[in-house]
Amino acid sequence: MAQITLAGIRHSYADSPSSPSDYALKGVDGQWADGGAYALLGPSGCGKSTLLNIVSGLLQPSEGRILFDGKDVTALDPVDRHVAQVFQFPVIYDTMTVYENLAFPLRNRGMAEAEVDARVREIAAMLDLDDMLERRATGLTADGKQKISLGRGLVRSDVNVIMFDEPLTVIDPHLKWMLRSKLKEVHQRFGTTMIYVTHDQIEALTFADRVMVMTEGEVVQIGTPVELFERPQHTFVGYFIGSPGMNVMPCSLFQGDAIFDGEAVTITEKPVGSASGSLELGVRPEFITFAEDGLSVEIVNVDDIGRHKIVDLRRGDHRIKMLAGEDDPIPWENPRIRFDPDHTRIYADGRLL
Amino acid sequence: MAAKTANHKAWWLVAPVVALVAFNALIPMMTVVNYSFQETFGDNVFFFEGFKWYEQVLGSERFHAALGRQLAFTFTILVIEIPLGVAVALAMPRKGIGVSVCLVLMALPLLIPWNVVGAMWNIFALPDIGLLGRALNGLGLAYDFTQDPTSAWITTIVMDVWHWTSLVVLLAYAGLRSIPEAYYQAAKIDGASAWAIFRHIQLSKMKRVLTIAVLLRFMDSFMIYTEPFVLTGGGPGNTTTFLSIDLVKIALGQFDLGPAAAMSLIYFLIVLLLSWVFYSLMMRNEER
Repeated sequence: MAQITLAGIRHSYADSPSSPSDYALKGVDGQWADGGAYALLGPSGCGKSTLLNIVSGLLQPSEGRILFDGKDVTALDPVDRHVAQVFQFPVIYDTMTVYENLAFPLRNRGMAEAEVDARVREIAAMLDLDDMLERRATGLTADGKQKISLGRGLVRSDVNVIMFDEPLTVIDPHLKWMLRSKLKEVHQRFGTTMIYVTHDQIEALTFADRVMVMTEGEVVQIGTPVELFERPQHTFVGYFIGSPGMNVMPCSLFQGDAIFDGEAVTITEKPVGSASGSLELGVRPEFITFAEDGLSVEIVNVDDIGRHKIVDLRRGDHRIKMLAGEDDPIPWENPRIRFDPDHTRIYADGRLL
Repeated sequence: MAAKTANHKAWWLVAPVVALVAFNALIPMMTVVNYSFQETFGDNVFFFEGFKWYEQVLGSERFHAALGRQLAFTFTILVIEIPLGVAVALAMPRKGIGVSVCLVLMALPLLIPWNVVGAMWNIFALPDIGLLGRALNGLGLAYDFTQDPTSAWITTIVMDVWHWTSLVVLLAYAGLRSIPEAYYQAAKIDGASAWAIFRHIQLSKMKRVLTIAVLLRFMDSFMIYTEPFVLTGGGPGNTTTFLSIDLVKIALGQFDLGPAAAMSLIYFLIVLLLSWVFYSLMMRNEER
C-alpha cells in the first residue's frame, strides 16, 4: 500500500524530441492517496496508457519522477515496485490450469507451497473461480480470463497498487456490469489503491472516487465525478463528460457579466483573474431552461430519449443543446431560453477563469 | 412454399476442379494401384498377381534397410532443425532494419533450387578440390563423403540443416511476432524468469506454427530425393539410399513396375500414418 506521487512526468517515444507535439505526456503532476479508487479518463491517444505504464514501471519516463510513499521508484522494475496490472486483453498462461495461473506470481517469488495454496483458494473464492481451479485456463471465456488476470494481482499481499488498462473492452456488455461490481467489491475488501484507465466516462465515473481527465498528454482536471460534472475546469472536461456534453460558445465580458451574441448573460460566480485569450461561455444542457424573458432561439430538432428530451437549438450561427423534462411543454412559438447563473462558467483559452 | 426446381447446372461450376483433381491425383494414383497388383512383361499385357508385390516389398531386407535409414535421417534432422530454428528465431531482432536483413538472409537458402543445393554441397565438400573437404582434411580429419559412410551421412544432414532450418526459423519468428506485448509485460509484473517466459508464453504461443513446422519438415525430409541424389547418389554403397532414391532405382533402374508401385503405396501410407500420429500427438492438449 502506498501513496503515489507523480512529479513532472514527461515522456516521448521519439529518440530526440524537439517540439511539444513529440511528447506523449507533457508534464504530469499529481497524487494518488493510499487506498483510493482512481480513474484516468481520456480519449484514445491522450497518453493515459503511457502514464499507467510509467507508474507500473514497464516504461521509463523521459523526465520526472514517481514516488511511492515519498520513496523514489523511478529506476525500479515492476517487480520491485510491487505493482499489479490488468491489461486490455486478458493475459493468461495457456500451459497452466487456473490454479497454476493464480499461483504463478507467488511461486516466482519463492513462497512456501502451503501459503500459496491458502492464498490461491482465498482469492479464487472471492472471484468465483473456485469451481474451475483444475481446468485449463485456455478454455475460459473472456471475463473468466480477465478475472484470472485480476486474481494474479490480488493473490500477492505485497501489492502497492493494482492498475487496470481498459480491462472491460473485450467483455460482453452484460458481464461488464458484473465484473465492475466485482472490482468495487475487491476494492472495498482489500483497500488496495486502484488506478483504472478508460475512455468510457460511465466506467470511470462509476468506478472511481476521483477521476483524472487527460487530453493530449496533459491532465486537465482531477476531481470527484460531481466536480467534473458541475465545475469542469476545462472546456474539454465539459464536453467529454456528460451526454450531450457542455455547450461552449464564444463570448465577451462586460462589467462581470458575459455577453453572448449581443445579449447579457448573468453569472453568479464572477470570473477572477485576467480575462485574456479567447473567451468562451460554458453551460451544460442540464442547466438550460425555457424562460419567458431569455435569449430568443430557434428550435431545430427535438429528440425524445425516454426520460428527457434533447432539444437542438440555434441562435445565429451558434448551436445549443438543452435537456427538457419528459413532460415539459416545448414552446414552439417564439422560444426563449435562460442559462442557470450558478452553473454558467467562463473559460479563457479553454481553462476556467 | 415454392417447389424446388431440380437444377443440375451447378455441377458445371465444380467440373474444372473435378477434372484437375482427377488428372493430377486420382488417375495417376489409380494407375499406380493398378500396377501394384499386376505383372507385366511389356506389350501392355498384364497378369493379376494379388498381394504378391506387397508381400515381397514388406518382406525384403532392402526395403527394411532403406526405411531404417529414412527414419534415422528424418529423426536426426528434426531433432536438430526444430530447436535450432526456434533458437535462431528467438535471437532475431524484433524491430529496426535488422528484421528485414535477417528475413532476407533466412529466405535465401529456401530460394535455391534443390538440385543446385546438392551440387553446391557436393563441390563444397569434395575432399580434393572442395573448400570444406580440403579444410577438414587439412585439419587432419579423415573426411571423404564419397568413400566414407559417416562423412556422407554428416554431409547430408548438415546440407539439410543448412537448407531447411530457415523454414523453421521463419515459422517460429512469425509465431513469436504474434504474441501481444501485454504478455511480456504481465510476465514482468508476475516476476517470471526468462525460462518461464519461454516455456509458458513463447513456446506455448508458437505451438501451432511449430506443429506445422514439424509436419512440413517431417513430410519433406521423409520424401527427400534431389539433394542426396545429387550429393552422394545414395552412396557410398547404398548407405545414403533413402526410400525415394531406392524407389526410383527399382522403378526406373530395374524397371520392376509392380514392386515399385506397391512400394509407392506403402511409402505413401507410412507418410500419411506418421503425419497423422505427429499431428494428433502435438494437438492432444489443444481441446482440453
